[in-house]
Amino acid sequence: MIFAVAGKELRSMFSSPMGWVILALLQLVFAHFGFFEGVDKYYKIMSGMVRPEERLGATEFIGNNVFSMASFVMLFAVPLLSMRLISEERKNQTLTFLFSAPLSLTEIVLGKFIGLVTFLTISIILTGVMVSSLNLWVTVDFGYIAANMLGLWLLVASFSALGIFVSGSTQQPIVAAIITFVVLFGLLTMDFYLAGDPTSVFNKISLMRHFEPFSHGIIDTRDLAYFFLFVLTFLTLTVRRLDADRLRG
Amino acid sequence: MTTVTIEASELTRTYGNNTVVRDVSFSLSQGEVLGFLGPNGAGKSTTMKMLTGNLAPTAGSVNICGIDIIENPKAAKALIGYLPEQPPLYKELTVDEMLALAGRLHGVTRKHLKKAVEIAKQRTGLTEMSGRLIDNLSKGYQQRVGIAQAIIHNPMVVILDEPTVGLDPIQIRDIRALIKELGGEHSVILSTHILPEVEMVCDHVQIIHKGQLVFNGGIDVLKQQRQGNKLLLGLNNAPALNEIEKISGVVSVTAIQDGLLRVQYAVGENPAERIVEMAVKKKWGLHQITPDQTSLEEVFVQLTYQEATQ
Repeated sequence: MIFAVAGKELRSMFSSPMGWVILALLQLVFAHFGFFEGVDKYYKIMSGMVRPEERLGATEFIGNNVFSMASFVMLFAVPLLSMRLISEERKNQTLTFLFSAPLSLTEIVLGKFIGLVTFLTISIILTGVMVSSLNLWVTVDFGYIAANMLGLWLLVASFSALGIFVSGSTQQPIVAAIITFVVLFGLLTMDFYLAGDPTSVFNKISLMRHFEPFSHGIIDTRDLAYFFLFVLTFLTLTVRRLDADRLRG
Repeated sequence: MTTVTIEASELTRTYGNNTVVRDVSFSLSQGEVLGFLGPNGAGKSTTMKMLTGNLAPTAGSVNICGIDIIENPKAAKALIGYLPEQPPLYKELTVDEMLALAGRLHGVTRKHLKKAVEIAKQRTGLTEMSGRLIDNLSKGYQQRVGIAQAIIHNPMVVILDEPTVGLDPIQIRDIRALIKELGGEHSVILSTHILPEVEMVCDHVQIIHKGQLVFNGGIDVLKQQRQGNKLLLGLNNAPALNEIEKISGVVSVTAIQDGLLRVQYAVGENPAERIVEMAVKKKWGLHQITPDQTSLEEVFVQLTYQEATQ
């Protein structure tokens, strides 16, 4: 049942140019600004590094370039994709279709979440393949790429969960996109503004703070737990929000 | 054997201080078609939303084939097919895709899915539209897709909220025939404000006004109310009214507009024949004699008006 809903979402994304265009644009941006520029800069910068400890591996240098770019671009891409998930259905009154079917609210929300994350996973896998293609010329640290992909995947899943919640709270997709973007931007840069106080609790909430270890190739269970809870919280809130539709009308 | 498919008891829904539906109770058996009538804003749609689990009632309960929709929504919803006022269609899908999705969500197994889609399309006359995007279909065809998605899983109860809105007369006839056909094996609840429609397809009628049921009974009862014991008489050289009153069976005669006379007669003693004989004999110039039917509209207005004055 969950997968029937997820499948519908995927189909909808690919039935309009939107899905294809976003996938293509993401790849273009990651390849051009992340990958090729990384390759370019690597030779320029590394040839200047004399001492061996200053030198970075190609995977880490270029991978970091690509994945930090990806996390930034996803900040724009995810709100655009998540905005219509529930708000548009509410506007077109198609939510009734899902509500009248023998589905629990959790199944509806999970289905939509999985549909969106699957779509974004395609983009992440393509990015991973792109970076791995370096293996044709240099020895690639696949563990590093895997950690980065996992980090990006968790980050994107968190973006999606928040996006779905915001989408569930409004009737206007554009409003949902803007609110999602603003909130995500705030969460991402929170630790930047509070950098002066490293002990502040808010630092611990910042998404970027938890994404960073992955970009160094470190998988920390604390970060895994953080992302897991983040997703769980917003999906639960979405279910509650939809339930309020039924209760309050 | 009759099985009760829907049982609603004391359904009440309040928005703030505004009670939209108050103590609505009824039950429906298998094979019955129930017409749900009411003026705009009477609470028809709200009641239907509660019946289908789209809205939680403030008080009261709904049982679908004995399953409480609030306590066990999944099992109960599987037995219902619902077409809301606005057909809930994903415009970016084709007719086939939409129906397949509806089937899957309603628990039709993959094996039977293709056949179920085929049958639903056949019943609603959509076979030729299979590959078309719903967005490109006319309003009438979209309405049919809406009905098709409601019946694809062969539900025990079909709930249709104003299903013939926006259809052309031929489509309306087809859809009415379909509703009658559905009534054979399923229970159908049909909300409408088109009164002749109710007369044509429904076995039972409920009239709701300001959130309360003001009439609940068989269509025959409503028809009887409508027939009355009256004749409409048109005479070119009308005699004095009391001369007509002398004819046996006639209770009273009143003149109404256009020179017509309304003749009230005693139950079971239709004096039409005697009036005609008399008219010919005395050269009254009879040019019209018809049973005077109070239109269903009038009955409807009477029922809702009574409620308002109470």
